[in-house]
Formats: sequence, C-alpha cells, structure tokens
Amino acid sequence: MPVTHKTLVKSKQGSNAQSQQKPLAAKTAKVVSKKKDEDDGTEIGEGGDEWMHGKTLIKPPDQLDLTEAELKEEFTRILTANNPHAPQNIVRYSFKERSYKPISSVDQLAVHFFLEGNLLHRDSDEARRQKAKQGLPDEKATVVTETEDEKLETPLQAAGGEEAGDVEEGGGEDGAHSVDSKTGKKEQKLTNQFNFSERASQTLNNPLRERGCQTEPPPRASFSATANQWEIYDVYLEEMQKQEKNKEKAKAVPKKEDDKGKKKLTLVETQSDDLTKVAKVAKIIERMVNQNTFDDIAQDFRYFEDASDEFREQEGTLLPLWKFQYDQAKRLSVTALCWNQSYKDLFAVGLGSYDFTKQGRGMLVFYSLKNSTYPEYNYPTTSGILCLDIHPDRPYLVAVGFYDGCVAVYNLKEERPEPVYKSSSKSGKHTDPVWQVRWQKDDMDNHQNFFSVSSDGRVVSWTLVKSELVFTDIIKLSLVGAVSEGPEGVPPPTMACGTSFDFHKQINYLFLVGTEEGKIHKCSKAYSSQFLETYDAHNMAVDAVKWNQFHPKVFISCSSDWTVKIWDHTIRTPVFIFDLNAAVGDVAWSPYSSTVFAAVTADGKVHVFDLGINKYEAICQQPVVAKKKTKLTHIEFNPVYPIIIVGDDRGYVTSLKLSPNLRSKPKEKKGQELPRGPEVEIAKMEKLLSLLREPENSKA
Amino acid sequence: QAEVEETLKRIQTHKGVIGTIVVNAEGIPIRTTLDNSTTVQYAGLLHQLTMKARSTVRDIDPQNDLTFLRIRSKKHEIMVAPDKEYMLIVIQNPSE
Repeated sequence: MPVTHKTLVKSKQGSNAQSQQKPLAAKTAKVVSKKKDEDDGTEIGEGGDEWMHGKTLIKPPDQLDLTEAELKEEFTRILTANNPHAPQNIVRYSFKERSYKPISSVDQLAVHFFLEGNLLHRDSDEARRQKAKQGLPDEKATVVTETEDEKLETPLQAAGGEEAGDVEEGGGEDGAHSVDSKTGKKEQKLTNQFNFSERASQTLNNPLRERGCQTEPPPRASFSATANQWEIYDVYLEEMQKQEKNKEKAKAVPKKEDDKGKKKLTLVETQSDDLTKVAKVAKIIERMVNQNTFDDIAQDFRYFEDASDEFREQEGTLLPLWKFQYDQAKRLSVTALCWNQSYKDLFAVGLGSYDFTKQGRGMLVFYSLKNSTYPEYNYPTTSGILCLDIHPDRPYLVAVGFYDGCVAVYNLKEERPEPVYKSSSKSGKHTDPVWQVRWQKDDMDNHQNFFSVSSDGRVVSWTLVKSELVFTDIIKLSLVGAVSEGPEGVPPPTMACGTSFDFHKQINYLFLVGTEEGKIHKCSKAYSSQFLETYDAHNMAVDAVKWNQFHPKVFISCSSDWTVKIWDHTIRTPVFIFDLNAAVGDVAWSPYSSTVFAAVTADGKVHVFDLGINKYEAICQQPVVAKKKTKLTHIEFNPVYPIIIVGDDRGYVTSLKLSPNLRSKPKEKKGQELPRGPEVEIAKMEKLLSLLREPENSKA
Repeated sequence: QAEVEETLKRIQTHKGVIGTIVVNAEGIPIRTTLDNSTTVQYAGLLHQLTMKARSTVRDIDPQNDLTFLRIRSKKHEIMVAPDKEYMLIVIQNPSE
C-alpha cells in the first residue's frame, strides 16, 4: 500500500538537498534517520525510557548521568529519506576539467528486500506470446469468466452511487474485465455505471402498400429445329457464300431484286417452274429404272467372265451386252464411233450414210452405258456425219467432219443444238467428204486444233481462234506415179483422195494417210508436199489406218479388198496379212495389249486377233448382229473396260464384252512377277517382228 | 423444260414401272400417275424416310449427301431420288 510520506528537510552541507520520492518497486523502505551528529545508541534507550516511563524507573548501571538542564534540552529529530549507508562524497574524475569532482547527487536507494516475481503484464510481448501458445482454451475460459464478471458487474452497477469505494474497486475490476471483454468480443455498449437508464421507444410504422404493374408480354412464337452436324455445315457454307457475294458488291443489288422476283414467281407459278428443277433427279431415276430393267446385263458387264474359255484353248467369245438405238436415227448408219477419254462410260456415235445416193441428214448422238435406251446428248445435223473425234483433254469438245465437206466443233456444255464452230465455203472447207478428223495438242497459243483429211486430197489443220475456225493446209496429197488414165486427154486427177489418217502416238509430227487408191503415205507435218514414204497397201480404198498403241513402228490398215495388213513403217512390205472374206469396215488396236486387234466386216462378223497367241488366224470370229445383211461399219475398244462397241449400217450400236481368252496377258515363268506396262507390250511385239525378220525356215 | 417432261414420260412408259410421283420439299405430291390415296400415302411415308436417310448420311459426313434410295421388296422396288427442292419416287417391278 502506497503511503505518502512527508518529510521536513533541513539542508545540510554535503548531504542531499532534496528528498526524492523514489519510484516504488515492491516495497518502500521506511527510513528513519536522525541527525548524524548524534550517532549514539541512546535513542533506543530514550525511546525505551519514554516507554518505560509509566513504570518504575530502573536505571541500568552504565547509564549516563545527565544534569536536569541537559535532560530538558530538546533535540530535534529529522526524518529524512537519506540512506545512512550511502556515501556522501563520491568523487568522479572529470576529463573536461581534469580533476576529481564530487557527484552532486548520490543514489539514496537502499534495497531491503528483492524478490523476482513471475507475473507478466497482459499486454507485454511475452504475455502475448504465451497467450498465443496456449490458444483458444484460455480465451474461452476468459470469456466464461468475463460473462460471470459481467453478471457481477451488473449487480455492482445496480447498487448505485452509495458505495463509492466498493464500486470504484468493483469498477476498477470491472474496468479490467471490460477491457478483456472488449478485446475478446465485439464492442459492447459502454454504459455509464453511475447514471444509466435504458429507455426504448417505438416510432410510428408507416403502413405498407404494394404497387405492381404489368407490361404486355412480347409477342412469342415457338421455334423448333434440329441441330445436326450437317445443318451446322450448311449454315457455314451459306455464310461463306454470302461473304463471297459481298465481295462482288457490284452484283449484290441486282441479285437481290432477282431473288425477290424469283420468290414471287415460285409463289404464284408453282406448276410450271417446278419441272425444270426435277431434271437432274429425273435423269438419275431414269438410269436407275434402266438399271433395273437391264439388271442382268449390268451384272454381266461387271462380273461375268466366261468360264468356258478354259476349255476352249485359245479361242474367245464376245458376250453381247447393251444395244443402243435411237428411233430418230433408224435410217442412218453408224459412220463414226468414239469413246470419251474422261468419262469412260460415254461414247459418241456419228450417224450418216455411206451411200452416195442416199445423202440426207445426219446426227451426232452420245450414249452412256448407264442408260441404253436414250442418248445423253443428241444433235441433229443437216449433212451426214462421217467422222468424229472427242478432244482428249477437254471432253466437251467434239470435232465432226461432214459429208458435205464441212467440219464443225460442238461444245457439249452448251445447251444449243448448233455447233460452236463450223467451217464454211469461205473458210476453206473441203470440197469432198471429210473422212477423218483428229484433235491435236494445243498449239503454242493454247488454241485447240485438229486435222482433217478429205477426198479432195487435202490434209488441213483447223485452229479454234476465238470464235472462228482458221484453216491451214498441211499437205496436199498428190498422186504418186500418176497413171494417165484420163479419157481423151483429160488431165488425170493429180490429187489423191485421202480416206483415213492417223497420227503417231509418240512422234507428234508423223502421221499416216490412207488414200482411195489403196496407198498409204507416211507424212510429216513439216513437209507439205513430200511424203516420207509410200506403201502400196491395198487394191481398194484404205478404210482405216491405225498406229499401234504401244509399239512405235507398227501400224495396221484395212480395206474393202477383204484384207487387213500389219506394217512396220521401216519396211515397205507388210509384216502380216489377213484375209477376212468380206470387206473390212474398220480395224482397231486394243488398248491393253500390243498384239490384240479387232476388225469388223461387212458380213456382220467381228474378228479378234491376238498375234501373241495365233499369228495366222483370228482367235474369235463371231457374228454380232441378227440380220446377216447388216454391215458392221465401225469398232472401238473401251479404254478401260473390256468391252467393244460395234456400229452397223442400220444405226445400231452393240456393245460386247471380251471373254478372258481375248484379254490374255503373257504368261511368265512361275516365280517371276508379271511385268506390266507398255514396255512389255513393246517387247512382245518386237519379239514377233524379230521372228519374222529371221529367215523363213526358222519360223516356229 | 420439255426435255424434263419427255424424260418423265419415258420413265413412266418404261418396262415394269408402276407409277411415278413428284413430291415437293414439304412432302406434298405435285405430280403423280397413281390414284390419290396411294399417292398421299407413298409421299408422306417416303418423305419421312428420305429425310431420315439423308440426315443419317450427312451426320456421318456433312460434305456427303444422299443421291438416291432404293427399297426392294418382294413385290416391287421403290426408288427415291431426293433433290434440294423436289423428290422423285418411282415404283417399278424389276422382274417383269
């Protein structure tokens, strides 16, 4: 308990002038000091004396005897706070003054008792650390204790202001607790402990009113659609197309108008517009219907292989497949056949007449194997067609040669029935029937061009320049060794009549021309008046001359003199001669073998030869038309499928499938791979030819 | 346009063909050679089937599209060729 002391200090020299109130540690020392002058033990005695005053006086033997005057002397006692044991004259050396100086103030504290306690202030660092270590349990305990204390608080507070001391103490304690509670909980309302009353009042509650409003619901329509992979794809495609259209902005406006116009049309005229859009679908359906009707033929075409060929040794047969006929072409005869190189099932038929007396109209008809009842395209012409050729690279361009000497080019992509280009008498048309046309490679200006040969003795090259046909005479066929048979001095015709020609497959400038006189001339595009070579081929007009597809030296020719001859162009005599007992209309090499070729005769037979198998006879001789009177006029091999088409003079085209024996590949020794490719074919032919060049005795 | 008419005529007169129906995009028959009730029945049923078939084909590969559909039954064969706007149905007896 802190007790305040009052001290009267008499100043004295060398002693403390002030009395200091020391900060109190635990206890304060009560210092009673007296004057140092009288440092004797009498004070205790005196005190004892005073104390013993009421009792009998007992004088100790060694007590001082003092006079009464001395006894009455008053001695002043001063209580100072000076420590009697503290030295009064501590001296320190001062470096400044270089002398010893007495310290002004000397520590007067005397510690009587010292005890290290183990209490920590709650806000000190160490206390906080300890609290943190001990964690929550202590907090809760403090909370619990705090709540208890709060309860204690309230009754204390309720006591009022009477017990000030107690309340102060309680307040002090509660103050401590409330500090705790503050730190532990949220702030509680600090209430005035002395003068507090809680009084609540309630305000008027405004009456609640609800007010709502409803808008008109937006117009709704239900929409349903499916989201498929392809619908998404379609939308994207449309978007792309729209974007592309937007790029061509110039066309955007009129297109929109067109669309609107179209919409109107479709609404109003639903009947008439619809059918044009059905065209494509109708075509597909027609093919399907035909496929059903001719199902067995289609199956045969694809899959049938004549099994009996194994028993027939080396002979083969031709299986008739579709028959193509067109009503409007009934009186005409097939004068030209050509397969399309790009679309392997499409072929062109030229219809006209070989008969000099029966010249009339003609027709250009295209058939597809997929539909044998009706042609894909047909173009009626005023004059009979004698020859045609389809461009190898541009399958929509067809060159046609007419009986009246004109040549024309048709474009299949266009809808109109007239040809795109046609030669006229001004532009160098032939004066005699055109017997053969052939497309050539594009010239240097990328114009398409083709050649034609005619009975007027000219071989002409036609170039498609923009919208015109420009002609160039390549060669004029002159009679070699003219026989002057002209009656009565009429000069003999100096021009030969070309009846067929063919260009070499590899050597572009080299070509052969067959003439009506039965000669074959080997010509070059470079030389316009001279032939490279002439072969005395036949006795009658050369109907067809064809280079071999593989071997670069071999060509074949046929004529109405019943013969088919095979030549090596370096040798002036034929290598092979075949007599077919009837006028041979056409001959064709096969595209798959260098030794196979087929010929058609006027007695309605097709002869197929394979020189690799049989050098003297045909391996197949088969009549293919019903009536024996029909003459077969043309034959063509399909470049891909093993079928041939044969045209006759009644306007029919018959397709036939070659049996396996006719398509035989050379047998190799077992164990070796079958070599393929044109080299093999060339080698095959070469072998044959070499056999012939050897002396006759060694023929196998 | 006359060509299309001719083609349709040829199909109708082809061997074994029982009837042809042209149906528009909504499944309503426009042209037919059969009687009304049969036409409506064929058109409705085949339209749904064709849409389903087309959806199937395109789901597998959106760049692909249905070219035609053949249903061969004991008695005859139904051939459907769909188009963007129209559909052509032909019923044929192939064995005749």
